[in-house]
Amino acid sequence: MTRLLGSGSLLAALGVAIYGALALLVGARRRRADLLRSGELAVYAMWGLVSVGTLAMIYALVSHDFSVKYVAMVGSRATPLFYTVISLWGALEGSILFWIFVLSSLSALVTYQNRKREGTLVPYTGAVLMLISVFFLILLAGPANPFGLVSPVPADGPGPNPLLQNHILMAVHPPLLYLGYVGMSVPFAFGIGAVLSGEIEHDGWIRLTRRWTLVAWMFLSAAIIAGMWWSYEVLGWGGYWAWDPVENASFIPWLTATAFLHSVMVQERRGLLKLWNLNLIVSTFALTILGTFLTRSGVLSSVHAFSEGPIGRYFLGFIALVLIASFALVAGNSERLRPTGSLEAAVSRESVFLLNNLFLSAFTVTVLVGTLFPLVAEAIRGVKVSVGEPFFNRMTLPICAALLFLMGVGPALPWRVASPEVIRRQLLPPAVAAIAGLVISFLVGVRSPYALAAFTFGAFALAANVREFIDGAVARRRAHGEAAPVALARLIGGNRRRYGGYIAHLGVLTVTLGIGASSTFRTEREATLRKGEVMDVGPFTVRLDDVYSREEPQRTVLAAGVTVLKGGREVGRMEPRMNFYPTSDQPVPTPTVRSRPAGDLYINLQAFAQDGSNATLRVIREPLVPWIWIGGMIVCLGAFVSLGAGRRETAPAAARVKTAARTRPTPVPVEEAVR
Amino acid sequence: MNWKRATAATGLLLPVIGLLAFGLTRDPKAIDSPLPGKPAPDFSLRVFATGEGDLALPVGDTVSLARHRGGIVVLNFWASWCLQCRDEHLDLSNAARAYIDRGVRFYGVLYNDQESFGLRWINEMGGQAYPSLLDPRTRTAIDYGLYGVPETFLVTSDGRVAYKHIGAISERLLSHKLDSLLAAGTGAP
Repeated sequence: MTRLLGSGSLLAALGVAIYGALALLVGARRRRADLLRSGELAVYAMWGLVSVGTLAMIYALVSHDFSVKYVAMVGSRATPLFYTVISLWGALEGSILFWIFVLSSLSALVTYQNRKREGTLVPYTGAVLMLISVFFLILLAGPANPFGLVSPVPADGPGPNPLLQNHILMAVHPPLLYLGYVGMSVPFAFGIGAVLSGEIEHDGWIRLTRRWTLVAWMFLSAAIIAGMWWSYEVLGWGGYWAWDPVENASFIPWLTATAFLHSVMVQERRGLLKLWNLNLIVSTFALTILGTFLTRSGVLSSVHAFSEGPIGRYFLGFIALVLIASFALVAGNSERLRPTGSLEAAVSRESVFLLNNLFLSAFTVTVLVGTLFPLVAEAIRGVKVSVGEPFFNRMTLPICAALLFLMGVGPALPWRVASPEVIRRQLLPPAVAAIAGLVISFLVGVRSPYALAAFTFGAFALAANVREFIDGAVARRRAHGEAAPVALARLIGGNRRRYGGYIAHLGVLTVTLGIGASSTFRTEREATLRKGEVMDVGPFTVRLDDVYSREEPQRTVLAAGVTVLKGGREVGRMEPRMNFYPTSDQPVPTPTVRSRPAGDLYINLQAFAQDGSNATLRVIREPLVPWIWIGGMIVCLGAFVSLGAGRRETAPAAARVKTAARTRPTPVPVEEAVR
Repeated sequence: MNWKRATAATGLLLPVIGLLAFGLTRDPKAIDSPLPGKPAPDFSLRVFATGEGDLALPVGDTVSLARHRGGIVVLNFWASWCLQCRDEHLDLSNAARAYIDRGVRFYGVLYNDQESFGLRWINEMGGQAYPSLLDPRTRTAIDYGLYGVPETFLVTSDGRVAYKHIGAISERLLSHKLDSLLAAGTGAP
């Protein structure tokens, strides 16, 4: 019954999506209001049907209906309810179902929000979103059908992948990632919709696109940080980033989206980079699909790629279609995206944005090439190679340093032209901070050139961004006589978009500090201890008290009881574990982390004696790690503050008509003349 | 729409798509097993499911590879929670019955599962033609370098691994492999 309901509603959703896309396309082309209306209803209907399918799957999982193929693959009676529900995204078929659920929800939201908007931009946008949905619904109807019948019905299933049921962050990271990844479809759809509807020559669509990119970017940022946190808490090696293809797949579109969020300001303010921006949006979406393809089709080997199967071919076809259709469309219409302004000086805020985009693009290409290189090497030379951390670190760290530097220069410089006097006045305090950062980090023992560069340029950017808040608040205090916190709050509230951006910068700097410190000052020791024996790591002494095991419904837990002492005084007890799941040979490492603002004490149980007499512990002291997670939250806070910006603020070009009119002719007549 | 530019953009993208298409033909996890051609690791495992007819062995009996020198052994690792094992189950039993007269012995090895679940599964699937063995702490699976279930190993009469199959195996493939082994003389009793 659940099976029929689930597969039936998904098939119906496929039909509705095909109809809706056609109705919207034809309706927009022929200006048929009746078709547009029914296409709009189709968007909502698809969302309803997909929701029914998703709920049916959740119900099947919770009711342990092992006649449903997906449940037989990832379900198990012993798995706790919580992990049973979130195993919705624990394997391929379920994650595609979740994907289309997010996509159809966003489509419905976009359609509803813009239902009163005139013109054909929204219908075309809806049509693009429906066409993307058609692809995912085809996957669910055929090669990735989660509602397949299993007969005879098994009595029990293997349960989710042990790695995915071992930590609560599995409930957080995937949904955030899907919101970010799938969210990038919306700006893409607006971009393509703008080209198709002809609105590309006006700037209205860019506001919608920017806001949706910011929403998706916020979720993607949170997802990347949550993913780092998850691997840190679960994988047992004390690291959070390994340049694994799956990690890169989430990071590459983040880079292009970040580039877009910066360069779009140049378009809004100065009428430049229009074609570039459209390309960034299209690339970001294409990269999310490419990332999914690379990690979900078994093309690249990765620790967390979880499936192989026939869907690779479908994805390849879809990527080919997306790439060719969208880039051909953009290239074919590139003449309509000519700049309506010009770069006036070599040193100005827009030139910094240009450099920022240059470096972010270089970053994107570097990570993409590193990720795809094993494929290229096998195609050309027939050998299997892997590109490891050294390549990525050596190639990207200088780019990071340059980006940090620009993050300080950008906010300090004015638009259009920066006079030498302004440059000196604005950059002197950050430069002093940079020197202080260099000296301090050298004195505390930093020697690696990359870490020194990170702390130096980080201090530079920190000073420049903090100064924006201080200067603004001080000015308000003088002008309005407000108290400092009030002045600061009103400053941010009065220009959310700008200060939200600076808050995000502060978040990125916090993350930089956490990564820089934890990778530079990491101390790690591994030793086999008998009961009662101790080992020292940094200021801590770790004593092994006991080794024991206990049975839990879904697993066997083997644990070491550990007491942590500091200066001879007991500061805590910890329990590093190995969890044994019945369907897996390998125990799942379950490290324990004692987190304090100054840093983490991380203990992993590496091995143990069968008789419980001793255990091998890996103890890692990692300073400032929690600031990576905190920084990630600050980044999201910044994005959130920016999102709150009202219409007036988000259309700075309109708000500044006076200044614009003074310095350059209005762009519209020029374009009209050209055509 | 400027079709010239659109075509140029398409031309630039084709190599990228070609590379991805090539990637689909590769399996990054296909690392050749060192086992084929090498002596098969010996084992000594307890029977928990008897099998049927002439292939049956009493529960508790110990089966070792050494005992089978001179005949072909087919070793199939399976589990009750494994979906693909259901697909190959009938094929394996059929092949086991078909090759019994030619000295081929089939054994199932239960992988990461409980004896009671294994018995219930066999019952549910309508029986298993050959005996199944318990592999405590998956020692034998580790010796054979098991990547997952199902996996099937063909061991020649002189105790070498002749073939390793990952995933559900079909009766046709089994027959083909067994016939060629028997014809080559490495399987002759």
